[in-house]
Amino acid sequence: MNYLIGAFKPACNISITFADGKNRKQISIEPVLGKKVEHNGVKIELLGQIEMYFDRGNFYDFTSLVRELDVPGEIYERKTYPFEFSTVEMPYETYNGVNVRLRYVLKVTVSRGYGGSVVEYQDFVVRNYTPPPSINNSIKMEVGIEDCLHIEFEYNKSKYHLKDVIIGKIYFLLVRIKIKNMDLEIRRRESTGSGANTHVETETLAKFELMDGAPVRGESIPIRLFLSPYELTPTHRNINNKFSVKYYLNLVLVDEEDRRYFKQQEITIYRLQENS
Amino acid sequence: MMLSGDEDEEKWLAEGIAGVQHNAFYMHRALDSNNLREALKYSAQMLSELRTSKLSPHKYYELYMRAFDELRKLEMFFKDESRHGVLIIDLYELVQHAGNILPRLYLLCTVGSVYIKSKEAPAKEVLKDLVEMCRGVQHPIRGLFLRSYLAQVSRDKLPDIGSEYERDAETVMDAVEFVLQNFTEMNKLWVRMQHQGPGRVREKREKERNELRDLVGKNLHVLSQIEGVDLEMYKENVLPRVLEQVVNCKDELAQYYLMDCIIQVFPDEYHLQTLETLLGACPQLQPTVDIKTVLSRLMDRLSNYAVSSADVLPEFLQVEAFAKLSNAIGKVIDAQVDMPIVGAISLYVSLLTFTLRVHPDRLDYVDQVLGACVKKLSSAPKLEDSRATKQVVALLSAPLDKYNDIVTALTLSNYPRVMDHLDDGTNKVMAMVIIQSIMKNSTCISTAEKVEVLFELIKGLIKDLDGAAQDELDEEDFKEEQNSVARLIHMLYNDDSEEMLKIICTVRKHIMTGGPKRLPFTVPPLVFSALRLVRQLQNQDGDVAGEEEPATPKKIFQLLNQTIETLLSVPSPEMALRLYLQCAEAANDCDLEPVAYEFFTQAFMLYEEEIADSKAQVTAIHLIIGTLQRISVFGVENRDTLTHKATGYSARLLKKPDQCRAVYACSHLFWVDDQDGIKDGERVLLCLKRALRIANAAQQMANVARGSSGPVVLFVEILNKYLYFFEKGNTQITASAIQSLIELITSEMQSESTTLDPAANAFFASTKRYIEFQKKKGGAMGEKYDPINV
Repeated sequence: MNYLIGAFKPACNISITFADGKNRKQISIEPVLGKKVEHNGVKIELLGQIEMYFDRGNFYDFTSLVRELDVPGEIYERKTYPFEFSTVEMPYETYNGVNVRLRYVLKVTVSRGYGGSVVEYQDFVVRNYTPPPSINNSIKMEVGIEDCLHIEFEYNKSKYHLKDVIIGKIYFLLVRIKIKNMDLEIRRRESTGSGANTHVETETLAKFELMDGAPVRGESIPIRLFLSPYELTPTHRNINNKFSVKYYLNLVLVDEEDRRYFKQQEITIYRLQENS
Repeated sequence: MMLSGDEDEEKWLAEGIAGVQHNAFYMHRALDSNNLREALKYSAQMLSELRTSKLSPHKYYELYMRAFDELRKLEMFFKDESRHGVLIIDLYELVQHAGNILPRLYLLCTVGSVYIKSKEAPAKEVLKDLVEMCRGVQHPIRGLFLRSYLAQVSRDKLPDIGSEYERDAETVMDAVEFVLQNFTEMNKLWVRMQHQGPGRVREKREKERNELRDLVGKNLHVLSQIEGVDLEMYKENVLPRVLEQVVNCKDELAQYYLMDCIIQVFPDEYHLQTLETLLGACPQLQPTVDIKTVLSRLMDRLSNYAVSSADVLPEFLQVEAFAKLSNAIGKVIDAQVDMPIVGAISLYVSLLTFTLRVHPDRLDYVDQVLGACVKKLSSAPKLEDSRATKQVVALLSAPLDKYNDIVTALTLSNYPRVMDHLDDGTNKVMAMVIIQSIMKNSTCISTAEKVEVLFELIKGLIKDLDGAAQDELDEEDFKEEQNSVARLIHMLYNDDSEEMLKIICTVRKHIMTGGPKRLPFTVPPLVFSALRLVRQLQNQDGDVAGEEEPATPKKIFQLLNQTIETLLSVPSPEMALRLYLQCAEAANDCDLEPVAYEFFTQAFMLYEEEIADSKAQVTAIHLIIGTLQRISVFGVENRDTLTHKATGYSARLLKKPDQCRAVYACSHLFWVDDQDGIKDGERVLLCLKRALRIANAAQQMANVARGSSGPVVLFVEILNKYLYFFEKGNTQITASAIQSLIELITSEMQSESTTLDPAANAFFASTKRYIEFQKKKGGAMGEKYDPINV
């Protein structure tokens, strides 16, 4: 009954295998049900793409490499092609944001004259490690509202790796408002596009209560925030002129009338080689 | 529907408990399946119930206890690494991922306690971290409970000496540091409670704060339990730090409570050695702090300590405890200018109590305390405050109670000066206390000097003080007081007659100032006291008559005469009369006829001139007769004069029955039943007959005046006199006379007009029975009675 089975299916199955990180990457092509596959050539591309969701379907390839794997011909049975892209530059990390996605993909195309080409994609993730910054100053600042609230806060660094701990303290110099609690938020600011088309999306990734109740003058409140539980990415600055991802620590004081007083400080997040 | 605050709270508490139970259930399930992630999640949710602000401390405690119990189970789970498979150090990080601070810190404390136990990290580090992290909770109630949880779980894990967590000598200091810091923070939170919320619920909040105070105080208790806190460390480190916090928190409630705590939890020995530091903090406390109670407790403790063992006394001397305390009290009083005088006085009372217990031998200390008190008192006008007066009384009573001996108090020069500051009423009360003390202990005041001081002390009772409102005096109280003074006079005694005379003169000098109302109370005891001296002199050998001897009976009698005379001006003639008679009798014993005669003369003059009341006359004449009868010193002439007078006055009494009785009493004047007493039977009979006549006259008068017969009882009484003299062998009294008297009475009794007098009948009947009895008894007396028929 189902004569049409396979009629709209690709004529062959393509699988991409990374045997390990470095070598023996290969693809294999296997025709369906022993049919032969005619083709005008087989190629594999490595693409680095930035995809803006609001600009639907438009990719900007910032990297594109091609390897021809086969000349036009026919494939009768499973056929395997090893391939290698050596010394590819992958300057950016894979990123999945609210409005933007940066992906790396391997694209295998079996070109065919009729019936359309058979295309197979394989995403892969790129992580770039950064050595610990040589200069990593603490963030220290005194802020306040005149005659109302004066605080001094300090975060031990301005650059944190993904599994880092934020250590710091808040010192209350003057408290004339009835504070209910104080939170430290980690906010991610993703801006995409440029100029008039800039889209900014801010997410609060962490809301960490630092203090419960109203302190008095002279009180100092410790901060110890482990970053590991949160899904952070490294800071991305102006990636290919397409987007930026920045992180901020937002210190929020809430008073008894639920008014919020806050101070936002940018921090840099970087990825540290795990076993270093 | 509006719910009242309490109902609301109940509801919230119930909700909180339900929340705890609900999450605890899932936590247990997670624990049972060794699921760490779930366990952490539900325990954090459970602890979130403690984030409430709606409960009063009392209710919050209930909720806290529920969570506390659950945390114990969680702790057990944490301890067993095989169940969750996570290294303790990782666990310590893991719990810190919780977003809410309160659950996070509870969990951190719980893991921290396991961490210390595991000895993976030095206890010191973990404790330091925990106590530091807890700063994040600034809400007073929540913070207090959190820190109290921390204190609780860390209690057995302090790196104390001998503890398994001890690493080197330094670590005891770490333990102390930890507890001190937790204490400081808790106290700050506790003090802060007061400043939160609207002012109108202040009172309620004070109450709530009071409920929480033990959470704070517990830290001090923990400190005191740390073995490693030796005297040195206490002195150098612990105490100064604690005191610093106490002083700096500037909170009345906290300062009072914590000072008290310090005093109660640390050993006495430490207090003694750090007295200066401890006391130094006192003047720095808020002026409203009830520092007197604090200091009193301290002194109480120290004095208990002092009496606990004799070995510690030298320590007290060594540290000059008294001087320091005394100094501190002075400073406190100076610093707290607004302290009511009552506070100052009660401080002195405590100090005095301390002194009396610790240095009972140092009267100079006692005097010093009193002196300081005088100084304080004299800076203010006379005491008005009744509580302050009470304290002064307590102050003055303390030495009396201690020494059980007023004599000691009499040597304290400041004692009377303190008394001067009392108002009149209290002064009297105090004087009474002194007297009662003397009475209770039967203290004998044996020198004139002391008597002088004593009377100075009790002068409130002895004389009217200036401007005293006499009309307000309660009669009964006054009597009570004066009776006490009277009793006191008897306690002034010395075996040495010379000194005794001096005492008497001193007493006399004082009581003479007492005024008309007091003299009737005070003169008699003085007189008797003097008479006692007289008798004492008499009992001594006969040389007393030497003229140089100041204490001769004669001299005393002169003094007495003058003393009693004062009663005339009061006027209190009856009293004077009695005293004259007493003196006469004493003079009789001393063989001083002229003196006795003089006293009798005085008595008779009083009778004539001052005693007008007929009843008083009756009493007086009987007294005169009685005394005269016993006096043997008089020669015939003097005696005749006096007996004549007595009989004369007897017959001139107003009422016939009184006359009759007085006259038959006179019969005894002529019959003294002594070996060489006067025995004048004839005059006895004369008296009796005269009495009969009067009785008859009385009878007739009654008949005429009232239509009924008069008192037959007079006849019966006379009959008894007859019988007496009859038995004593007065030959003038014959059986026939008795017989006829009996018949007379019998007929009188049967007479129609006689009103029935059962008492007289009974009297007569028993008299007759007596006669019968004597008759039957036989012997000489029986024979004598034989002729009488009844």
